[in-house]
Amino acid sequence: MKRRLLALLLAGAVLTGLCLPAFAQDITVTDSITVSGDYDWDRLADEKITLNVYNWGQYISGGDSDSEDVLGPFEKLTGIRVNYTTYDSNESLYAKLKSGGASYDVIIPSEYMVGRMKNEGMLLPLDFDNIPNFSRIGEDYLGWDFDPDNTYSVPYTWGTTVLIYNTTMVEEPPTKWADMWDVRYANNILMFNNSRDAYAIAAKKIGLSMNPSSVKEVSQVMEELKEQKEMVQAYVMDEIFDKMEGGEAALAPYYAGDAITMMEEQPDLACVHPEEGVNFFVDSMCIPAGAKNKEAAEIFINYMCEPDVALLNIDYIGYSTPIPEVWEMLDEELKYSEIAYPGEEVMERAEVFTVLPDEINAAMDAQWSEMKSFDAEGSGWMVIVTLLLALGLSVFNIWRKLRKKWRDNY
Amino acid sequence: MNKRQSILLQRTYLILVFCFMYLPIAVMIAFSFNESKSRALFTGFTLDWYKSLFHNDMILSALGLSLVLALVSSVIATVVGTLATIGINSMSRKGQLLVNNISYVPVVNPEIITGVSLMLLFVFVQDKGIGGDGGVFGWLTLLVAHITFNVPYVIFNVGPKLRQLDPSIYNAALDLGCTPRQAFFKVIVPQLTPAILSAFLICLTYSIDDFMISYFNSGTMQTLPIAIYAMTRKKVSPEINALSAVMFVVILAIILISNHLDSRQYRRTQSAVRSAMAEEGNK
Repeated sequence: MKRRLLALLLAGAVLTGLCLPAFAQDITVTDSITVSGDYDWDRLADEKITLNVYNWGQYISGGDSDSEDVLGPFEKLTGIRVNYTTYDSNESLYAKLKSGGASYDVIIPSEYMVGRMKNEGMLLPLDFDNIPNFSRIGEDYLGWDFDPDNTYSVPYTWGTTVLIYNTTMVEEPPTKWADMWDVRYANNILMFNNSRDAYAIAAKKIGLSMNPSSVKEVSQVMEELKEQKEMVQAYVMDEIFDKMEGGEAALAPYYAGDAITMMEEQPDLACVHPEEGVNFFVDSMCIPAGAKNKEAAEIFINYMCEPDVALLNIDYIGYSTPIPEVWEMLDEELKYSEIAYPGEEVMERAEVFTVLPDEINAAMDAQWSEMKSFDAEGSGWMVIVTLLLALGLSVFNIWRKLRKKWRDNY
Repeated sequence: MNKRQSILLQRTYLILVFCFMYLPIAVMIAFSFNESKSRALFTGFTLDWYKSLFHNDMILSALGLSLVLALVSSVIATVVGTLATIGINSMSRKGQLLVNNISYVPVVNPEIITGVSLMLLFVFVQDKGIGGDGGVFGWLTLLVAHITFNVPYVIFNVGPKLRQLDPSIYNAALDLGCTPRQAFFKVIVPQLTPAILSAFLICLTYSIDDFMISYFNSGTMQTLPIAIYAMTRKKVSPEINALSAVMFVVILAIILISNHLDSRQYRRTQSAVRSAMAEEGNK
């Protein structure tokens, strides 16, 4: 039996070997994009399809003068028009799809959102016959808990969170998340302005998982964040770039790829994978339920996994690539960068976000909001004062009108 | 306080107010020429962001959509709103009060409520099978949404002007042989033109600015504010500075030119009046 299989395989190999040169002429689309000729790219060209792609803002090559457009060549290659639009967070994406206010063909959520959408039946299983390039994805990036068999998702980029610090403003280089609770850096600390990422840091600091299993655990971690709040200069997202590059803060957590961008702009910055363990994230391409052009979407996903295209995208985005072939093509410096492609010991301690039960999700959101308005007693008073003022104004107004009426009656 | 001091105080106050209004725009324009992507450090002068802006299809198509949408929705809203005002004006006093108050509600309502409720309405319509396979969301829903929030502004701009108008002017036109339609177009509309124009401009700016309502009703389309908002995970591109600078300059130019034309016309009428009076005196 085994021998027969081997023979069959060998015969197959010989056959492909014979056939390949005949039709696998690579197709050159532009100077820097050459795609495999082994795939029928333009089979839907006559159907006048418009493919709706919904991606993170600034998450594809093209767009400014230093990076090359990849959507134009796709349209030229396949005859499929792309309507490319963008969102700012996983939650916006989820809300938009859930509201029924739009129908997309390709979306690129992060891992925990893939899991949530999958559980809620919001994704379609992919037909991998249409995505042969799936085989290029490295094994390390497949089979994670959120989609164990990768039936619904094809990894696009990945990365980790890191701790960025300004070498001129710290006394010794920080090595752990706990350094963000150091009083010496009071008012020089920036923190994520999104509950999940901020929670992960506090949880890791006290040795808990970033995926809480009970509401009590959430409260315990939120206590840490409350304690840190007095020392935090601001809760920010993209403002981190300006604040860190401008030397306004000493410590800030962010995503590895963006940290590299910041370090290129401002040589005083450095970053580290804190020893308690970091968050490992994967943004994956998926097809949402209700997609109108599933096959065209699969052609698009396959195109995005072409090494030349993936290289351009990775180059622009600055995050890490899940395709080993693309990694091979990177600059030496980036290829062996500890930040972008961390070694075993970091990855072993890295944790992935999982889908949280509704109850815990709600608790986390509620307590996060509470934490942010915590100690801001002023805001509680403000509401009452404003209400009283409004009430006073309207009473005054009524009184004035009444008085006018009385006078007119004389 | 003597006079000089008080003038000094007035000047400082004026300068402070202008700084408050225009300094942010000045900073933005300055940073659109910044070589690096940073919004904190000025590293050198460059025109690259302007160049790359005109190569960025996504921003340009979002801008195009925003402009076309603003124009079309403002034109329709102005026409609908003006007609509505005329209708309201000929109602009974109680009716006027009622309708005016109802049209106030969308203006004082938080935008998010208008946005979400419109979205729910469109989803409801879509679930009824109207709109076919592609659903209703897209250009049409955006247009309807923008017209909806623009109409009240037209009513509140044109309404007061219409109420100030002497009703005998219309009656005089009828007496002098106009049909009601002619009286409307030749007498009423020209009187209302300044108010209609300013209503149109207000609609235009609100429409280009709007984020909330468009966000919920855009379907797979993307207006400029939505495109900018989506950049906040990575970083808002300096191309947006360049774009805003261009828009600011264009709007400033339009205002200056129109003011110049206005003042020229004013001077011309003034001198015509003066010479007519002089002639009268010579007789």
